[in-house]
Amino acid sequence: MKRIYVKEEWCLGCHLCEYNCAFANSGKKNMAAALKDRPIFPRIHVEGKDRITFAVSCRHCEDPLCVKSCIAGALSKKEGVVVINKQKCVGCFTCVLVCPYGALAPGEDGVMQKCELCLQNACGAPACVAGCPNRAIVYEEREALE
Amino acid sequence: MKRYVIVGNGVAAAACVEGVRSRDRDGSITVISAETRPVYCRPLISYYLEGKTGQEKMDYRPGDFYEENGCRVLYGTKAVCLDPAAKTVTTDDGETVYYDALCIAAGSAPFVPPFEGLETVQDKYTFMTLDDALALEKATETQKDVLIVGAGLIGLKCAEGLSGRAKSITVCDLAGRVLSSILDDEGAKTVQAHLEGHGLRFLLGNTATRFEGNTAYMKNGETVPFDVLVLAVGVKPNVLLIRDAGGAVGRGITVNERMETSLPDVYAAGDCAEGEDISCGMRRVLAIMPNAYLQGHAAGVNMAGGNESFGNAVPMNAIGFFGLHLMTAGFYTGEVYEEKTPHGSKKFFTENGLLKGFILIGETQRAGLYTSLIRNQTPLADVDFDLLRQTATAAAFPAGTRADMFGEVV
Repeated sequence: MKRIYVKEEWCLGCHLCEYNCAFANSGKKNMAAALKDRPIFPRIHVEGKDRITFAVSCRHCEDPLCVKSCIAGALSKKEGVVVINKQKCVGCFTCVLVCPYGALAPGEDGVMQKCELCLQNACGAPACVAGCPNRAIVYEEREALE
Repeated sequence: MKRYVIVGNGVAAAACVEGVRSRDRDGSITVISAETRPVYCRPLISYYLEGKTGQEKMDYRPGDFYEENGCRVLYGTKAVCLDPAAKTVTTDDGETVYYDALCIAAGSAPFVPPFEGLETVQDKYTFMTLDDALALEKATETQKDVLIVGAGLIGLKCAEGLSGRAKSITVCDLAGRVLSSILDDEGAKTVQAHLEGHGLRFLLGNTATRFEGNTAYMKNGETVPFDVLVLAVGVKPNVLLIRDAGGAVGRGITVNERMETSLPDVYAAGDCAEGEDISCGMRRVLAIMPNAYLQGHAAGVNMAGGNESFGNAVPMNAIGFFGLHLMTAGFYTGEVYEEKTPHGSKKFFTENGLLKGFILIGETQRAGLYTSLIRNQTPLADVDFDLLRQTATAAAFPAGTRADMFGEVV
């Protein structure tokens, strides 16, 4: 399956991926209306130190610890994609405690949200990748290492 | 065709079914379920009382789970006897079930100390199952004064769940601090103050010694009147089946990394099992849901002839009360590093160049990075620990590690 991969040497640390993510998942038609003058809750975030920056989002692990640990049965894997049922999530944060990548965080409503590769929204493919000005994140098939 | 039998129907049992079916689509699976409902999310019972979830959303797996996985479920049935020589389990209905591989995922039961006069208390409850929660919901339909004995995870989650329904809630515990199994004195003080700010009253280092109707007589001589009593003193793992069959038990059923008990072809998983806690190197019952799943899955895979090891169990808890989130993991030993922030505090424990444990209060972002340092026993010399203490970020890892994390299929 296609996943998002990071090329940190290309990352400018511009945070555009965060805005594109928040917009893509807002359900709104206009970016300014969706994001202007309010805190944003993207499902990808830029980390870094010194001159290194990189964007982190769900790795859609082959064997996801978050799914195995979810106390509400809210996280599951559908055709390789780790998805969350926000109606079932109670915001206990156990997934945050176990994800080795730091890929889950609560959204505006207090329950968890995570990258679902924009397959559930109008984009159909990751908006963060589409909008990355320097191709520092890519969406492609890669072979699993043995 | 192999015959699989699972005693219990909680998360460890569901994980065992999934583990078996990941290798064997054909064998028969019999689930012996003391509770009369399909597997549900037990830790959500306090959220249910609080109105944050509903019964229809508490199912752990979709409605066709057992059918899809070809399971026969004996609801409302208890396994009463295990014969490891004949390879049978006998139920309280008198049925004898044969197994080729058996998993005991029987969980634990509330421990109720023999309080003097407890039989004179009308409205008393434990807090373990959905039935308990439904009974408590009914008992608190009108505003009641509630006394909870036990300021551990179960007692405090129960208190939070009832806080919108009860007239008053008093929590007592023989221990001198709240959440004594997972917090140190300082952390416990912070959490207690937060809970008191939400109306809970605490009597710590002080517990009920006897009851008379609706009055608790406390150790320090005080009396506490109440309408509803909740007993959340602790739990005891259900080990009897194995113990009576001559299998090794400690506090829980003794298991190895493959979840094998000392009896041939008998496995155990979840709150009834006692395996090694790698953060302290001792055998412990780690009654937390992630471990229940990981153990149950490993048991199932191995029962079906596979080889799955769960060898990096550590205690870990994510728990929140009235919007304050705490996370704890591992063992509190060695050198202590503390970071205070405007929103809370972080405490890290390191020993022999390894992260051994942490207590995070109100500062929980990306804490899984810390948990994985403990579980993987990552040498701190290989990471920028000064940076990690301030913020959980892969920027503190070597570039090669990051390339594996974010540039490969993981």
